Amino acid sequence: MRKRESAVKNAVVKYGKERKNLLPILQEVKQIKNYLSRSDISEIGAEMGLSSAHVYGVASFYHFINLTEQGQNIIWVCKTISCYMKGSNDIMMALEERLKIKIGETTSDGKFTLLQTNCIGWCHKGPAMLVNDEPYTDLTPENVVQIIDSYYKK
Amino acid sequence: MSKKMINLVIDEIKTTVPEGTLLLEAAKSENVKIPTLCYHEDLCIAGNCRVCVVEVKGWNTLLAACATPAMEGMVVYTNSPLVRRARRDILALLISEHSTQCTTCYRSTNCELQDLAAEYNIDNEIYINLLKDKIFTVDRTSWAIEKDESKCIRCQRCVRTCAELQKVNALDVINKGAEMKIATFFDMAMSDVVCTNCGQCINRCPTGALTERRYIDEIWDAIGDPTKHVIVQTAPAVRVALGEMLGYEPGVRVTGKMVTALKRIGFDSVLDTDFSADLTIVEEGHELLQRLKRKLVDQEDIALPLMTSCSPAWIKFIEHLYPDYLDHLSTCKSPQQMFGAIAKTYYAEKKELDPKDIVNVSVMPCSAKKFEANRMEMKDSGYPDIDLVCTTRELGHMIRQSGINFKELPNSKYDKFMGESTGAAVIFGVTGGVMEAALRTAYEIVTGREVPFEGLNITPVRGMEGIREATIKLEKVLPDWSFLEGVELRVAVAHGLTNAAQIMDNIVIGESPYHFIEIMGCPGGCIGGGGQPIPTNEEIRRKRTEAIYTEDEKMKIRKSHENPEIIKLYEEFLGTPLGEISHKLLHTKYTRRERV
Amino acid sequence: MTKQKLKRVDLIFSKEYSCDKILATSLKKPKEEIIQMLMDSGLKGRGGAGFPTGLKWKMAAAEKSKRKYVICNADEGEPGTFKDREILDQVALKVLGGMALCAYVIGAREGFLYLRYEYRFLIPKLEKILDTFHKWMEDYDLDFTVKLFIGGGAYICGEETSLIESMEGKRGEPRNKPPYPTQEGYLGKPTVVNNVETLVYTLMIMRIGADEFKSMGIEGSSGSKVFSISGDTPKAGIYELELGMTLDDFVKEFGDGDTKSVQVGGASGFCVPRKRFKEIHIGYQGGLKGFSIPTGGSMMLFNSSRSMYNVLHNYLVFFEEESCGQCTPCRVGCQQLLKGVEAVKRGEKNQKYLNDLLRLAETMKITAKCGLGQSVANSFSSIVENFREEMIY
Ligand SMILES: Cc1cc2nc3c(=O)[nH]c(=O)nc-3n(C[C@H](O)[C@H](O)[C@H](O)COP(=O)(O)O)c2cc1C
Ligand code: SF4
Ligand code: FES
Repeated sequence: MRKRESAVKNAVVKYGKERKNLLPILQEVKQIKNYLSRSDISEIGAEMGLSSAHVYGVASFYHFINLTEQGQNIIWVCKTISCYMKGSNDIMMALEERLKIKIGETTSDGKFTLLQTNCIGWCHKGPAMLVNDEPYTDLTPENVVQIIDSYYKK
Repeated sequence: MSKKMINLVIDEIKTTVPEGTLLLEAAKSENVKIPTLCYHEDLCIAGNCRVCVVEVKGWNTLLAACATPAMEGMVVYTNSPLVRRARRDILALLISEHSTQCTTCYRSTNCELQDLAAEYNIDNEIYINLLKDKIFTVDRTSWAIEKDESKCIRCQRCVRTCAELQKVNALDVINKGAEMKIATFFDMAMSDVVCTNCGQCINRCPTGALTERRYIDEIWDAIGDPTKHVIVQTAPAVRVALGEMLGYEPGVRVTGKMVTALKRIGFDSVLDTDFSADLTIVEEGHELLQRLKRKLVDQEDIALPLMTSCSPAWIKFIEHLYPDYLDHLSTCKSPQQMFGAIAKTYYAEKKELDPKDIVNVSVMPCSAKKFEANRMEMKDSGYPDIDLVCTTRELGHMIRQSGINFKELPNSKYDKFMGESTGAAVIFGVTGGVMEAALRTAYEIVTGREVPFEGLNITPVRGMEGIREATIKLEKVLPDWSFLEGVELRVAVAHGLTNAAQIMDNIVIGESPYHFIEIMGCPGGCIGGGGQPIPTNEEIRRKRTEAIYTEDEKMKIRKSHENPEIIKLYEEFLGTPLGEISHKLLHTKYTRRERV
Repeated sequence: MTKQKLKRVDLIFSKEYSCDKILATSLKKPKEEIIQMLMDSGLKGRGGAGFPTGLKWKMAAAEKSKRKYVICNADEGEPGTFKDREILDQVALKVLGGMALCAYVIGAREGFLYLRYEYRFLIPKLEKILDTFHKWMEDYDLDFTVKLFIGGGAYICGEETSLIESMEGKRGEPRNKPPYPTQEGYLGKPTVVNNVETLVYTLMIMRIGADEFKSMGIEGSSGSKVFSISGDTPKAGIYELELGMTLDDFVKEFGDGDTKSVQVGGASGFCVPRKRFKEIHIGYQGGLKGFSIPTGGSMMLFNSSRSMYNVLHNYLVFFEEESCGQCTPCRVGCQQLLKGVEAVKRGEKNQKYLNDLLRLAETMKITAKCGLGQSVANSFSSIVENFREEMIY
């Protein structure tokens, strides 16, 4: 709880209370906590003089500002056409099998959340995915499992 | 500096407008009506519904008339085949995500979408019904406001109202794309968020997505119950707006007809909130003087400026957003609640009624009054002060339901006791009215003379300016009040919660020069309340305001403390203002609330 | 007038000239001369909309304001586009050089590089390069700093006014225009928003001159452009090519021998069927009818094994999610198009319903508030009209 609160305060101090800093602040807190809780959002609002509902409205606009609890690592598999043509569905299936979860779910050990996203800009090397900020390209059902395993080793 | 003029042609009509004029306004000035949905004159421009699109020569897209300024040489067509087809498509799209259960909708016949759909003869079958696959909720958790997502067209008028006019931001836009909708913080229940229940969003909702929670059936049930004595009270602002529900132009006073209608409807007693408005003034006037004395003479650490407490939306606003400043609020209950408390005690005694058999109904221009009536603390007599609250709109519906031909009704007078009123009470219905009434009384208490304004009209506190201020010098005061000799009483008036927030921010930084501040939650005061007929806009607010001041001037008695029923009430029951019984029945306390 | 051959160009990624030298000489030129060079070169915005860059800078320069801003739009989100990532990865200094040039011309002291969330992995590298860049700025005595601003994940934030809204801490909803960003942009101040690639070209034009730039390409579409090529092609990747080529030449070079159609300009662009490859040029003017199609650089090739229904469906899901949702035609229209093609495919709606949908797409094109909603019709109509049978069976 402490840590969460200080994350908001630190971010507001770092970027400043002006409204234009809202997106960086949301991202900073999300980067630390992996998602923003209700209390994070309303605290940001209180710190910046914005209503909670408004901060929520802004945050919910953006795909990568998660508002529900996520696993330690978030996997975003690209679902847009070029990757789809190169077999992103197979990648998704391989991931679901390896992690024993479906899209939108988090593994029971809290290590991974499996999500989809639109084009991530690696269409020539599809299928592609992001694990947190890291892009992975030219995926195959085999190498994607190795990538996951490497995270388990970390 | 005169503005640059712009020449343009609208539907073959040549016209000239000042620079910056929107195409919509330019068209209106030539009597060309362009349909709108997201546009509302009280709010900033959104340009998101797109029904106002027009064709402009040389442009390859249509332009939104509400969001496009007139430009030199423009040739505009507001009713071309392209425009008509586009508007029909847009309306059909809106309808495809709208619950078109018009027959069972409270806003039927008063719905902007319904009107346009009829005007453009929309075929409901064109597009796929999108509601089928979605889960929609109707939020009925609030005492005051119902929110039905399936009727929302996402024009964002409510969002802009809540943000711009009220600075509450209880409602906002969330998500994007197909998932975009209007919601509270994390989609929480309306009853659990910062919503002040002011209902300004209801007044600006073009459809039935936001409505007041209705109590019409409960009121009919009470009237139909022979064991109950049903009292109705009507607030000052109702009488200058009810007519709009029943075929009159805005600004017509229908007091006498309204009283007749209420009697015909079957209320046992038809009384006037004006009575308790006068009572409020007497109590609050004394509270102000007492606070001044405690501060100036006794050097106590007492909160000043004193702030009025009759607007329940304002009360909830300060409880949520400035909870550290609750001691600035007058402890006086609002007139509605004072009325209820007196009705269940003094009135019951006089009429030899058991208070448990009394049902107090109030007709209010307000949705927040519904919440206020249900506050836990509002039952000092042992019974709830107020049992049921309906809005001006609901009363309009009830009168229609009862088959009364309103326009043909004779006038009648309010019943006694608690039916007497003064001009001071009537003006409670507009911004500045409470202040004016309070000054008329307080000045006279202190000096023994009438306020030094022609015809008792304290014009500096009148008007539609968001925040107004006035100073009255107290001279030649009566001996009891010698500590006020030469004091300049500084007062301010604010309406709309955005202006209230500005006043509060000044108090927070310690820079508020005032002794007494009147705050009304709604723009224009109660005449612009969230329970008033729709539409409400600047012109309509002005007309209702004029009607209120006319009513004041027509009154024989214009000062609260001269209301004979009030004088008698103190003699027979309350004793003195701020006395023991007053404290028990007429004063209250406030609650700190969270800001989510 | 039209050239036939596909010509590779090497301006953007070339390391031949160090861009600090180009910048140093350019900053000694009078501002008017730079604007004139850009106007003469015929350079148009490479972000997709194709607005003449010289004119944009000229308008911003003419605004009287103490504060002005330069924003580099690196929110690259159009499906099938990835060239801005590569440019920033390879030659970020050139991009910053272009921003400095713009800052000098319009009189801005602050700039932002709006990087899409998906490219966060570039941040450490970019920050280092920014340090170098800021040292240059000191050396050249130009009071100009650039900050990174990271998007939150929303395609619509590539639209310039929506990008600005998001930088102001709001939902990325496009604004009403006018006013345009060059008049009232970030924080209400005159702002130039340019694409990553456009900014590099401004600098390259300073190097090679307007005439040489203009000697490439065709009338109305001068110069070269970076293409992002993906789909059914053995040569997926990034290529800088002269503008004005025919699709036929393009497919000969990049196709897999069985190309059925090419999607030019991503999900918001046009789908060109094989029978029209010869008559279509890649350039700025007009839509399909003008025989020339603009693109932000996305070229997706589909061979005959692909179902164009699936392609369209994928695009429509994309739009339905990525529309900002504020305006009716786009928010509801995208849902209706998606639901509509599904219903026709399943046989729940008669195939004539496709005509209603085509009409709806036309309405969206002329009534939507911004380019997103306006351009859904491009892919929708071009796919449905050319591959109608695939929509039904
Ligand atoms: C929906 C939509 C998405 C856009 N996405 C981008 C983008 O990702 N990158 C970009 O540079 N321009 C994008 N644009 C175009 C911008 O609005 C703007 O025109 C451009 O950044 C101007 O730069 P330019 O003149 O250098 O092309 C987009 C426009 C729309 C309508
Ligand atoms: S066209 Fe779409 S993306 Fe653009 S403003 Fe309208 S809803 Fe938003
Ligand atoms: S009234 Fe103009 S877009 Fe809604």
